[in-house]
Amino acid sequence: MYPEYMRKSIRKVEKTRPERLKLARSGKAIFPMMSAEERQEVLDKFHPDYKKDARKKVRIGPNKGDNITTEVVDQLEAYSRIKPDYFDLKNPDYETDVLVIGAGSAGFSASLLAAENGADVLLVTKLRIGDSNSMMAQGGIQASVRPDDNPVLHYLDVMGGGHFDNIPELVKALVAEAPDAIHWLQDLGVMFDRNEDGTMLTKPGGGTCRPRMHSARDYTGAAICRTIRDEVLNRPDKIKILEHQPAVELIKDENGNVAGAVLYHLENRNYYTVKAKAIIIATGGFGRLHVKGFETTNHYGATADGLVVAYRAGAKLLYMDSVQYHPTGAVYPPQILGFLCTEKLRGLGAQPVNKNGELFVHPLEPRDIEASAFIRECTERDLGIQTPGGQVGIWLDSPLIEKLSGPGTIKKNLPAMLRQFERFDVDITQDPILVYPTLHYQNGGIEINDHCETNVNGLFVAGEAAGGIHGRNRLMGNSQLDLIVFGRRAGIYAAEYAKKAKTGKLTLSHITEYDQEVKKIGIDRKHISPMVLPDYTPASVKERQYTTEYQGTLR
Amino acid sequence: MPKNVPMVKVYILGEGFDVPEGSTIIGALEYAGFQLTVGVGCREGFCGACATLYREKGDYKLQAGLACQTVVTDGMNIAQIPFVPAEKPIYDINKVDPDIEAFKTLYPTLFRCVGCNTCTKICPQDIEVMDYVQALIRGDVARAADLSFDCIRCGLCALRCPAEIVQYNAAILARRLTGKYLLPKSPDLEARVKEIAEGLYNNELEKLTTSNTETIKKRYYDREIKTG
Repeated sequence: MYPEYMRKSIRKVEKTRPERLKLARSGKAIFPMMSAEERQEVLDKFHPDYKKDARKKVRIGPNKGDNITTEVVDQLEAYSRIKPDYFDLKNPDYETDVLVIGAGSAGFSASLLAAENGADVLLVTKLRIGDSNSMMAQGGIQASVRPDDNPVLHYLDVMGGGHFDNIPELVKALVAEAPDAIHWLQDLGVMFDRNEDGTMLTKPGGGTCRPRMHSARDYTGAAICRTIRDEVLNRPDKIKILEHQPAVELIKDENGNVAGAVLYHLENRNYYTVKAKAIIIATGGFGRLHVKGFETTNHYGATADGLVVAYRAGAKLLYMDSVQYHPTGAVYPPQILGFLCTEKLRGLGAQPVNKNGELFVHPLEPRDIEASAFIRECTERDLGIQTPGGQVGIWLDSPLIEKLSGPGTIKKNLPAMLRQFERFDVDITQDPILVYPTLHYQNGGIEINDHCETNVNGLFVAGEAAGGIHGRNRLMGNSQLDLIVFGRRAGIYAAEYAKKAKTGKLTLSHITEYDQEVKKIGIDRKHISPMVLPDYTPASVKERQYTTEYQGTLR
Repeated sequence: MPKNVPMVKVYILGEGFDVPEGSTIIGALEYAGFQLTVGVGCREGFCGACATLYREKGDYKLQAGLACQTVVTDGMNIAQIPFVPAEKPIYDINKVDPDIEAFKTLYPTLFRCVGCNTCTKICPQDIEVMDYVQALIRGDVARAADLSFDCIRCGLCALRCPAEIVQYNAAILARRLTGKYLLPKSPDLEARVKEIAEGLYNNELEKLTTSNTETIKKRYYDREIKTG
């Protein structure tokens, strides 16, 4: 599969491999970890967030004046998809206690706990239920379960990884409930990897001081998400599901509380209204905004919809200036550009090397540091490998895994990775893989407290759409964890709120007002958000499609 | 996209479109101007949303794959299958025993398996589907869970099964029963959950949440790192 010029570089990797193997077996650090100063320097110079045009000032809404990722500002400074006057809010199409928007692991956990706490739940989603970033997580879920580990050490790792910007009360909830989250999932039937004596198999991840990563082969996210999805499907009496119907605006009541949502059916193009006592946003992140032109590991629906509708309803955002690039996205073959190559590869011993087969960074630095080091290697040092399509990357020497832990290790622990590359004739047990940072995670999000409440009454948030838990950089395995911990919390507290809530007259006046603000700053009427779906139609094809006006990215 | 990429012709809904060689089916659909709303999900082979049937030029066989993972060939005829209608019985996992009776009750169609192996041949994940169905018929729930582990619920097995079995739904039950009942419990996990419930770490966590950044930083950089 690899062209001859890449083979030449692979031969150099093979030449340095025995020496690197010896080093890995010695138990010593194979490459020195960076000091705090070195870390800051590589971030400042090479992390995409620090580029001149990476951020701009948002001119309207609750975060007015803040510097936010440019592509996000463009979503926030846009008109609504709907015309508020068209809606008869006196006769909503659905009524429920708790409306959950988004059907990944956070939405599922929230739905289950809201239902268990007495609420009727309506779960709505843009794609099929379960088609989410949660399903795609490979490497693991953190929880301090080993005897030599504890929640205090987990706390420190989370804070350090997040550059100490995390909200302490959220971190405390995350680490203190982690073991119980694993226990809950196991009780629902998630098949976590175990040792022969029944103890959990745990691996290290970037930035963790103990091996704390629990896994289910390299389908960890899928194993969790499909299990709780099955449980959600087992409760049709309490949880009603609507698929292919993204929420495109929130509805408020005359007292300023959120009180429902407007759904847009992607197939029949109808709008539907929901009246709800409480709302949980679990819509995930924004990978498909392709910040700074980066490829992404995210699923098709990751377009920041939840963020946009919450912002219009008055919810504050936090740390929306920070983007996580996963160090190891595939850059070759071209069909899998941007695909996630799990951090578990490095956890199991794969080493990043340049075109000459030289190690240039410790394989398990926190993600932003590791990614910045890869970018430095490919730009300033010019030691990356260029693909025929014009991308550049460095080698992740995966065959080392089998040399370290024996033949068959990859098949057993990384079946998804093996399969992804085999589909395109690359055998990762024999050859290294070419990688480069890829847009992976929305570090920031909607500001919440440890009850998942926002500054808008009745609006709760869980999962990637929430901000503050991971500061400005999330460690591997803590996202899978936060989906469960804060998903469950959101379900409990939203159900509690719904019991007492008294909903007033429904209104969409906040949309009208927001649109006026957008007009005031001179935005062209064709800018519409939320994006709902990314636009991958080639320009030449689009030229022939203007039978009607484009509505954002939907036609 | 690099310039001068050779093109191939694919047929979508019967109509021919020229698309770049090496495109995945999803890439080809988008290049041809289709906007995908259903039958699309993670686009990385993890969610099973984009099950697709196709026929290759000069071949009578109906083939299947995930549209995000399958590369087009010249003359390929494509039909997307957004979802497969399938039965999903409702159960309380706390009241189901991990044995053959569960499957006799909830998935009686399993026992109609004729051993044709169509399910295995069509699986885009290369799962031995028929083998796990046979394991369930024997009552070997753990074996079925292990064999079906990589299932992403695209539904193609059920779509093509002449006995109308819903393999993938039976498989999730097998895995849940295995995870809940059959795998050994971790004593460390039980102990840690108990410790936390008893409040063992409350004081120290409380101290951390109220400490200033300098204190946290010092503790972070001083902490001992164990990787094994």
